[in-house]
Amino acid sequence: MSQVQATRKRVLPGFGLTMGYSVLYLSLVVLVPLSALLLNSTGLTWEKFWDVATDVRVLASYKVSFLCAAAAALIDLFLGLLIAWVLVRYEFPGKRIFDAVIDLPFALPTAVAGVALTALYAQNGWIGSLFEPLGWRMAYSQTGITLALMFIGIPFVVRTVQPVLEELDKDEEEVAATLGAGRWRIFCSVIVPELVPPLLTGFALAFARGIGEYGSVVFISGNMPMKTEIAPLLIMSKLEQNDYAGATAVALMLLVISFVLLFVINSIQRWSRRRTV
Amino acid sequence: MKRQWKSGLILGLSLVLTMMLSACGASKGGTEVDGSSAAVELLNVSYDPTRELYEAYNKAFAAHWEKEKGQKVTIKQSHGGSGKQSRSVQDGLDADVVTLALGYDIDALQEKGLVQEGWQSKYEHNSAPYTSTIVLLVRKGNPKGIKDWDDLIRGDVQVITPNPKTSGGARWNYLAAWAYALKKNNNDEAKAQQFVQELYKHVPVLDSGARGATTTFVERGIGDVLIAWENEALLSVKELGTDKFDIVYPSISILAEPPVAIVDKVVDKKGTREVADAYLKYLYSEEGQTIAAENYYRPTLESVTAKFKDQFPKLELVTLKDVFGTWKETQQKHFSDKGIFDQIYVPGSS
Repeated sequence: MSQVQATRKRVLPGFGLTMGYSVLYLSLVVLVPLSALLLNSTGLTWEKFWDVATDVRVLASYKVSFLCAAAAALIDLFLGLLIAWVLVRYEFPGKRIFDAVIDLPFALPTAVAGVALTALYAQNGWIGSLFEPLGWRMAYSQTGITLALMFIGIPFVVRTVQPVLEELDKDEEEVAATLGAGRWRIFCSVIVPELVPPLLTGFALAFARGIGEYGSVVFISGNMPMKTEIAPLLIMSKLEQNDYAGATAVALMLLVISFVLLFVINSIQRWSRRRTV
Repeated sequence: MKRQWKSGLILGLSLVLTMMLSACGASKGGTEVDGSSAAVELLNVSYDPTRELYEAYNKAFAAHWEKEKGQKVTIKQSHGGSGKQSRSVQDGLDADVVTLALGYDIDALQEKGLVQEGWQSKYEHNSAPYTSTIVLLVRKGNPKGIKDWDDLIRGDVQVITPNPKTSGGARWNYLAAWAYALKKNNNDEAKAQQFVQELYKHVPVLDSGARGATTTFVERGIGDVLIAWENEALLSVKELGTDKFDIVYPSISILAEPPVAIVDKVVDKKGTREVADAYLKYLYSEEGQTIAAENYYRPTLESVTAKFKDQFPKLELVTLKDVFGTWKETQQKHFSDKGIFDQIYVPGSS
């Protein structure tokens, strides 16, 4: 039995070699840079670290970063589902172009996106000027940050939901229909459970991207301390003062919180997948 | 079989390419070693708004050096935020000379042992061949009637200035306002802090860099007054038309001294000290000063200053040394963490 397994041909060479390569590249690309980050903060005593990481301005910036990223990811969740749905279920002229456009936020340098969005949503911009009379400031507020994060996060949701939606078995819906389920019931009890895992993945990706985002936000946020200052900007400002250790402290804190949050989201996702299967 | 033939071809082609490339490299390296008449290359690491200035100056210096020594010199430029540029040099960018916005950014290089101590007294005028100052740019006709620093904290006036923690230029802005408040209140520090704090309450957007702040003011149409370097203000007015903006010269401002220095460690390694030294010295010459003035920097040479006196109105200028001391002290007191600028934004401080 064991001999059969050993001689069975696999596409990739044996476990040892593949694992070796995986570990090597993971180390080179992810683990070594992250440990360099840790190394940078070693100039810091624990007390100083805590002092930097829990400064009122730093805390306020975490709040802005996480709240805006969460809000943007949540809106993207619904928007992305809708877009994926339309792309999968309907035929319309220009569909392929529409489909390709979804990925553009990935390709666009984020600073360009930031400048473009600011131009649109500023008080004298096309969209911003419509909202200004209503007393709703779009750019230079948390609304602006959320808008920028929505823009860069939307492809994540669409691209994770779309393939699952495409492979969804139509038969099940038809069966549900013949058993007398209404449209809403079919959507809620047949389609949505299938979509929960990819939706959660999309949410996690969009959220994670939003937390660390710098380029697109720095132009539209207005960077007001305590109000619209994001954590990555504080890291930049510490670097600007040659305060590498302080910058690392903030970054490390950001990483730890993000890791915990992503871990929770992933756990929920695994749990929901197990439940549906 | 066919696939093998193909991959062989690719392998062969890439081998040929590598050989060609390495041959190129070798021939280029060859010219560098043979004698003093060989071409020499300098890297000038500078900050953002000096791009046009050094494009013009580099051409002039190359011509001057070739005439003088018969040696061809090419100068490469690198531009970016002043602090960022300083960090790149610290991290190993091989800059022969640095021409940055603040002495503090060169002090940081000195701390890393890249620049020798006493760099600031190596060239005339604190090693600042050209200077500038901080002025107020307002919309055409000055609708809010802004004449001096005091008007910036009046009623509904909105002020645009970048964040001093992320922008070197913004630190000069902050210090100019501080210097004014000190002078007005007979050197009362507490009152000066109050004034500056009030001023930053009138700032609706705190951009991360000086060019960003200019964009916010000029293109987004936000704010009534932009605190800016004189050279940037003059450039904005020239580029966007005199019918859109006016420059207001406040009663008192700070003499902004963007310093230059040789990166000793790099020039010793590359053997380019002589030409790098000449490069910086020529900035003080008639021609170098004229180019600086043409790019809206205030020249330090008397004869050139006289020629451009219409472009640069006289106003009372204080120096950093007079009011604040060294950059290190200034940075510590005002801009480091928990410094005065941070205190301005701590809740409950007002």
